Amino acid sequence: MKKLIDCEKGEKVKVAKLHANHDLKQRLISFGIMKDANIQVLEHAPRKKTIEVKVGKMRIALRAEEAELIEVKAL
Amino acid sequence: MNEHVKKCPIIANHIKVALVGQPNVGKSMLINSVSNAHLHVGNFSGVTVDKTEVLFDYKHYHFTVVDLPGTYAFTDYTIEERVTKEYLCAQDYDIIINVVDSTNLEKNLQLTAELFTMSKKMLIALNMSDEAQKEGIEVNAEYMSELLNVSCVKVSAAQKTGIEELINTVVKIYEEPKVDPKLIFSEAVEEEIQHIVSYLQKHKYEATNSYRNIAINLLKENKKTYETLHDDPIWIELQPILIEASQHVELHHDTDDIKEALAEEYASFNRGVVAEVVKVKKPIKEEKTLTERIDSLLIHPLYGIPIFLFLMWGLFQLTFVLGAVPMDWINLFFGWLGNAVGATIGNDDIRSLVVDGLIAGVGAVILFVPNIIILFVGIALLETTGYMSRVAFLLDGFFHKFGLHGQSFIPLVTGFGCSIPAYMSARILKNDRDRLLTLFIISFMSCGARLPVYVLFAGAFFNESIAGNVLFAIYITGAMLGLIAAKVLKMTAFKGADEPFVMEMPKYRLPSLKLVWHTVLSKTLMYLKKAGTFIAGATVLIWFLSNYPHNLELETSYAHKIEQAQSKQEKNKLTNELASKGLQQSYLGRIGKFSEPVFEPLGLDWRMAVALEAGLAAKEVVVSTLGVLYALGDNVSETTYSLKDAISKNISFASAVAFIVIIMVYLPCFAASVVFTREAGGIKYFFYLLAFTTITAYVLAYLAYHITLLLGY
Ligand SMILES: Nc1nc2c(ncn2[C@@H]2O[C@H](COP(=O)(O)OP(=O)(O)OP(=O)(O)O)[C@@H](O)[C@H]2O)c(=O)[nH]1
Ligand SMILES: [Mg+2]
Repeated sequence: MKKLIDCEKGEKVKVAKLHANHDLKQRLISFGIMKDANIQVLEHAPRKKTIEVKVGKMRIALRAEEAELIEVKAL
Repeated sequence: MNEHVKKCPIIANHIKVALVGQPNVGKSMLINSVSNAHLHVGNFSGVTVDKTEVLFDYKHYHFTVVDLPGTYAFTDYTIEERVTKEYLCAQDYDIIINVVDSTNLEKNLQLTAELFTMSKKMLIALNMSDEAQKEGIEVNAEYMSELLNVSCVKVSAAQKTGIEELINTVVKIYEEPKVDPKLIFSEAVEEEIQHIVSYLQKHKYEATNSYRNIAINLLKENKKTYETLHDDPIWIELQPILIEASQHVELHHDTDDIKEALAEEYASFNRGVVAEVVKVKKPIKEEKTLTERIDSLLIHPLYGIPIFLFLMWGLFQLTFVLGAVPMDWINLFFGWLGNAVGATIGNDDIRSLVVDGLIAGVGAVILFVPNIIILFVGIALLETTGYMSRVAFLLDGFFHKFGLHGQSFIPLVTGFGCSIPAYMSARILKNDRDRLLTLFIISFMSCGARLPVYVLFAGAFFNESIAGNVLFAIYITGAMLGLIAAKVLKMTAFKGADEPFVMEMPKYRLPSLKLVWHTVLSKTLMYLKKAGTFIAGATVLIWFLSNYPHNLELETSYAHKIEQAQSKQEKNKLTNELASKGLQQSYLGRIGKFSEPVFEPLGLDWRMAVALEAGLAAKEVVVSTLGVLYALGDNVSETTYSLKDAISKNISFASAVAFIVIIMVYLPCFAASVVFTREAGGIKYFFYLLAFTTITAYVLAYLAYHITLLLGY
């Protein structure tokens, strides 16, 4: 199982499943991070503590802990 | 008997409009461009955190437009989103204007789809059409209106285009009967909706809403719809149908969460709509956008933070160097004004009140307007360019170590301007624990009103060439103390799991000069207004307390001595002695003496103690009080009086350090404390804050004083 946090900078993947709890899942969904959404990793903060991803046209900052919970698959 | 001759012939209609949309799509700016309001606009999510009503007239209609905090979806994720949800559900409005960002329709329509079930009259404002045009995105508004059965109007809040059409459409919709928007689900879901609808039809269920709408709301597990139907006899039969329907939908989407399933439904509907109505003219190249290129520098893992620190340093350097020029003029002006006005007043007491009280006190506060303006410009740029969210991103890892949330950066930075909006803006934090923690340390971020004290002391004790660095160091130290305080609080009072950090990064925008100008102007005017009213009043009070009661015995005895004095020098010395003795036995002097034992271990004399106490009312009063107290003791010197010189002459360096430390840490001003108490949710939190800041300030000032002494200063 590949997670979003494992992706390299610049890598494009597809969301397979969200393993977050209800609240966080709602939040991610409202940001467009939902099943089958395409997602690209743009930037890593120092030591991959926080990452920046692009979903559609939107850039979103996520913490490593949250990126752990997003299962992705290759496009 | 001509009572009703002059009655107003127009009986205006009143239309109440609610502006709803995702964060940062330009709702507040749109209101500013339809009315003459100056709502706060910024380029990050969560600028507006409370609802604001704006009134204006158009043709023969009264409009009330309600600006609501942006919300990504209809959840209660954060307090500000709850504000929006509660307002919309209370239904005290006629029409919803759903503001969307034309350059990012697909995401924005996600909320639109949810609004469709509100069964309110609504229209869609396709905002940022100027930006869309630049990016080669063309939205076919007419076709979109047709597809959704909701009027869509292209507007640009920034360029003020389409505004008239928007208002005309609002009026039209207001006058016409309500129409149901079109939202088509996948076949599987449509089938389930149809089941529920036909059941309702069969039982001729009475409702103002359309059956389809009720069915969707039931599937969505909308509380209100549930509650209404729950008390109806048909519920017994309806419930199993509903459960089955939900299960089918969930199965279809391979999830156990109906909301997730519906979100996916909305998303695919929206994808369809966007594919139909949006044409992207420029070929989509794999080229990086401008924002991405700037980001690769500004949020670079290595250079990002140094760049941020450098920018901050530059800001404080500017504050000092650039601010010094007009400050000299202002200083000269008030010196001149004092002399000129003083010369025209015969009565000694009144002259002292005006010159040493009002002019010295208010002048001391106005003196710092140039510095304040530079600081406000810096904050306005941070807010309007989009850099704010980047810094939150950069600092999240660092903040996290101290138990803070990356998004806390936004209220904390706002705190450098003024604590009051900062306390409000902490609402963007989802978790109450995070929010309270942030509330407690906001006062560590020195607000604009404290800047004068720092500028004054930095200028008094340091060479001009490094005073800017000193200023920067003071702010950074304050912020670091805040972080350490956060860590302590997190480990003791606010223990608990960490909240997720998910934040939108807006695209960079070049702020218009006008926007920055208005933001800075309104804040500066507020500062001036405060100086002219509240501060002036406080200054007069301080003057009174420091001049009365008169001690006639003392005065006569000195008058005698001065008369006998031989040289001018001796005369001056005696006059000063009289002034300072008079001050000491004044009401203020007695208050100061009373509290002096508390402040003595910190190396503060009674005048500084009084200034700090007065600062509890408002931080500007610290400087104006110092202005009055040192003007009184000094008023015989012939040269133009300068508070800066008085300070460096009368206060030791170690005492100054202790004083600054207290200013950095102790309780925010009265107005801010009130807002703090409200936002924290109880008076007990105020007492916690009082205890926390007072103890911290005292201990730190004690340490600072003695360490500075040990170092030999
Ligand atoms: N180019 C362009 N920029 C716009 C337009 N409308 C708003 N903006 C910019 O978009 C940003 C957000 O504007 P706001 O009015 O603060 O957005 P909001 O929807 O009120 O945001 P929240 O209060 O956070 O929900 C600001 O930087 C504006 O300058 C527009 O029509 N064109
Ligand atoms: Mg707003």
